[in-house]
Amino acid sequence: MSNIVIIGNGIAGVTVARHIRKRSSDNITIISSETEYFFSRTALMYVYMGHMKFDNTKPYEDWFWKKNKIDLVYDHVNAVDTQNDTLLCRSGKKITYDTLILATGSQPNKFGWPGQDLEGVQGLYSYQDLQLMEQNSKGIKKAVIVGGGLIGIEMAEMLLSRNIEVTFLVREKEFWSNVLPVQEAKLISDYVRSHHIDLKLETELLSIEDNGEGKVKSIITSKNESIDCQLVGLTVGVSPSIGFLKDSGIKTNRGILVNEFLQTNIGNVYAIGDCVERTYELSGRRNIEQVWYTGRMMGEVVAQTICGSPTRYEPGPWFNSAKFFDIEYQTYGNVGAQLNANESEFYWEHSSKKKAMHFIWDTASQVFVGINSFGIRLRHEKFDQWLRGKQSISYVLEHLPEANFDPEFSHKHEPEITQAFEKQFPHSPSLSLK
Amino acid sequence: MQLIRIIGLNLFLAALFLFLSLLFFSDYTLTKEIFQSKVKQEHQQRLLPAFENIIDKTYPNTFVFANEIKNSIEEHNSAARNQQQWDQVIYDDYVGTLTKASTQGIVVDYTLLLFLLIFGGGTLGALLFILPKIGIEVPGIKNNNIFHDALNNRGWIGILLGTLLISFYILLYFYDAYVTNWIILVEPLKKLINPNGDSSQWFLYGFLYTFAVIVMGIRMLIKYRHSNYQMVRTASVMFFQLAIAFLLPEILVRINQPYFDFKNMWPLDYDFFDAWHINMLTQSDGSVGLFMFVWGITLFVVGVPVFVYFFGKRWYCSWVCGCGGLAETAGDSFRQLSDKSLKAWKVERWLIHAVLIFAVVMTGAVLYNFITGTNSIFGIDTYTYLRKPYGFFVGAIFSGVVGTGFYPLMGNRVWCRFGCPLAAYLGFVQRFKSRFRITTNGGQCISCGNCSTYCEMGIDVRWYAQRGQNIVRSSCVGCGVCSSVCPRGVLNLEVKEEEDRFGKPILIGNNGISLQK
Repeated sequence: MSNIVIIGNGIAGVTVARHIRKRSSDNITIISSETEYFFSRTALMYVYMGHMKFDNTKPYEDWFWKKNKIDLVYDHVNAVDTQNDTLLCRSGKKITYDTLILATGSQPNKFGWPGQDLEGVQGLYSYQDLQLMEQNSKGIKKAVIVGGGLIGIEMAEMLLSRNIEVTFLVREKEFWSNVLPVQEAKLISDYVRSHHIDLKLETELLSIEDNGEGKVKSIITSKNESIDCQLVGLTVGVSPSIGFLKDSGIKTNRGILVNEFLQTNIGNVYAIGDCVERTYELSGRRNIEQVWYTGRMMGEVVAQTICGSPTRYEPGPWFNSAKFFDIEYQTYGNVGAQLNANESEFYWEHSSKKKAMHFIWDTASQVFVGINSFGIRLRHEKFDQWLRGKQSISYVLEHLPEANFDPEFSHKHEPEITQAFEKQFPHSPSLSLK
Repeated sequence: MQLIRIIGLNLFLAALFLFLSLLFFSDYTLTKEIFQSKVKQEHQQRLLPAFENIIDKTYPNTFVFANEIKNSIEEHNSAARNQQQWDQVIYDDYVGTLTKASTQGIVVDYTLLLFLLIFGGGTLGALLFILPKIGIEVPGIKNNNIFHDALNNRGWIGILLGTLLISFYILLYFYDAYVTNWIILVEPLKKLINPNGDSSQWFLYGFLYTFAVIVMGIRMLIKYRHSNYQMVRTASVMFFQLAIAFLLPEILVRINQPYFDFKNMWPLDYDFFDAWHINMLTQSDGSVGLFMFVWGITLFVVGVPVFVYFFGKRWYCSWVCGCGGLAETAGDSFRQLSDKSLKAWKVERWLIHAVLIFAVVMTGAVLYNFITGTNSIFGIDTYTYLRKPYGFFVGAIFSGVVGTGFYPLMGNRVWCRFGCPLAAYLGFVQRFKSRFRITTNGGQCISCGNCSTYCEMGIDVRWYAQRGQNIVRSSCVGCGVCSSVCPRGVLNLEVKEEEDRFGKPILIGNNGISLQK
């Protein structure tokens, strides 16, 4: 019986453990110093906002792990000795493995700003960050969030739920416009403002000022404005957590380098999830992808490989989702911030300014390449099929009602969308909704 | 805006306080005239000696007075029993009627004014508290601070409210004489609907129930104003409670027809087949009663399977039913308190099916008695060993005291989940022969757990969603809140062809990966 050891009990680590257990009776151990049991990182905001208790974020009850013979070790791995297949833990414990899977996730970026280590300055990634945020936000009036991405907007929503005033510094022209096309970025920016957030676009952080007691007092922006605040949220992206691998012989760059079997340069060491940097190209995908779904998929894939059926990590068409306050966002396929030269686009926005759809297709072949949807739920299965099947834009528009995933009695917008399309593209063949 | 809400809350609390304190307002004098008019001729002579000390004496509160009456009757009865004069024992319940007739003071003198102050003021207060939310919050899921709140998370307010509700049910079911002042309070409304009727504890209960469904229904409509599904569903339970459960039966009585709730059905309506009920319906004047009898049977024989097949059990549980109506309106604030553990699910399955079996056995026995004209089956007295315990343990304790009293402690569907025999029956059909399911959307689940947290039936929705499997569970009442609170658009209530309803666990993602069960 082989000893499989997994470092990290996030979605990637837990998925691989569960899938190995489905296929083999090997010994499985998961080590984490974050929490004793797996919880859903994506739900941290809901705990702070009082939507859920921390216990509600655990996808499996505590007895689950013992019942499935998955050993949990609450400890921190300080170093990996790949010569002797041994892990050195903070507690002094040594753990040996036959196969090691690194699923260590990532950590919030800090870019060397003066004052970035003051009390009251923090990112939001881990359970510890959540506890810190509870502590840092106690009794405060004003906070500044730096970085216009998904964690930034979550943090803003969290703080607003406690009636803390939020100023939001965003480097780009509009919120998240390094990812979203300008139309959507603008829609979300406006929506963010309607929640009484002071959104400062094209503004960066210069420094964080000390109140004399080691706590944050204010910040200074790139426009030389000083803003009083008692909490600074740094949400300018995350980087793979790989510090402890320095002398392990495992090759890293920004992340842990892996081949298409998610194997590192050391044969019996694999890496999955946020901490991974792929050494091979996948079209339309970045080499480091720090989202929930990729962590889960990598876990599924590497479990197959370890259990004797080598499987390549070949994620299907890209998909993702988020929620900006009350506006849900889903995306399928590739919708870039900038339209590529070979592409055409069609953008529809509802008069409420809370719903929108953005379609992208290849101009020459008319093949549909991606969609962003706001405020309208779409069926993943349909878009996965259409993207894999290289359906045309008109096919997608005509079959749009099939992909609608909104609850019963919801207002249907497909006729309006297709009409707007025909108006904008009068020379394309007319559409009839299926 | 916040100020208006605070004023509203205080107004509501003042009305509630006035309502509660009303129980202590009256004093009680049983005059000879009242005694003679309320006690049957043949009982008067027998009871008079025991009542000698009570008549014309004024009592300061209902508790002492009602106990005094009860003891006096009991005194007479035990004396009769001791002398083995069985025919002298009095079984009529005079405590409630005499207490009501002997009540004096402001509750009697200013009934209408108090009614308007309490329910008018209470409604106004509640609306002032609820309505400004429209201006303060943009539409969308607003569950902020629910678990920080002493009302919603079993804090002191929750425990206090639970205690109040439990006490209310115990008084209502077992000590109705103590709540006589409340019964008198709703008398003007009773007379308005039905001038010849007298208010009773059941009318009081029906009114308070409907009041709660309507006022809290308005809160629900506003809270979920972004979701048409939730709005239509809430309007539906409000309508059925007000029109079909509360008003229509009263109107029927007014026009000399049997009291009948057209949306209630066996086995929830567990005494539907009791001899007195069948006789009441079938022997009433005209054919309306007979129609009611046939309607009642058709509803559970044909209505349940057909509607559950096409829509799922939600057509009843979260669109029509009164218990569901209260749970979905007044109980909405407590849905997060349901237990999601596997253990709770096991308890649920044992308990609810045991109640169903109990109900079926009891009804079988009752029907056997009705047809054969007997009182027992296999030598067992049906009333003592079946109907009475069912009425007490299931009808009163489980569905009332626990079912609603424990809202703030165990969530708003304790009865529906663990006890309701009709829910068990609807659930069988939903599980085995229905087009209804909750669909999981590909691979979009992030396991956040909002769906499970807010499932009032304690279904661990996430367990299915995160493995890409449809949710088909007999207990699901189709309230749709899992879908509403999902931040990623993963869940949807759907009716489609039966084939592949359960769905294979599939998460859309890597090429060539499919999950084994």
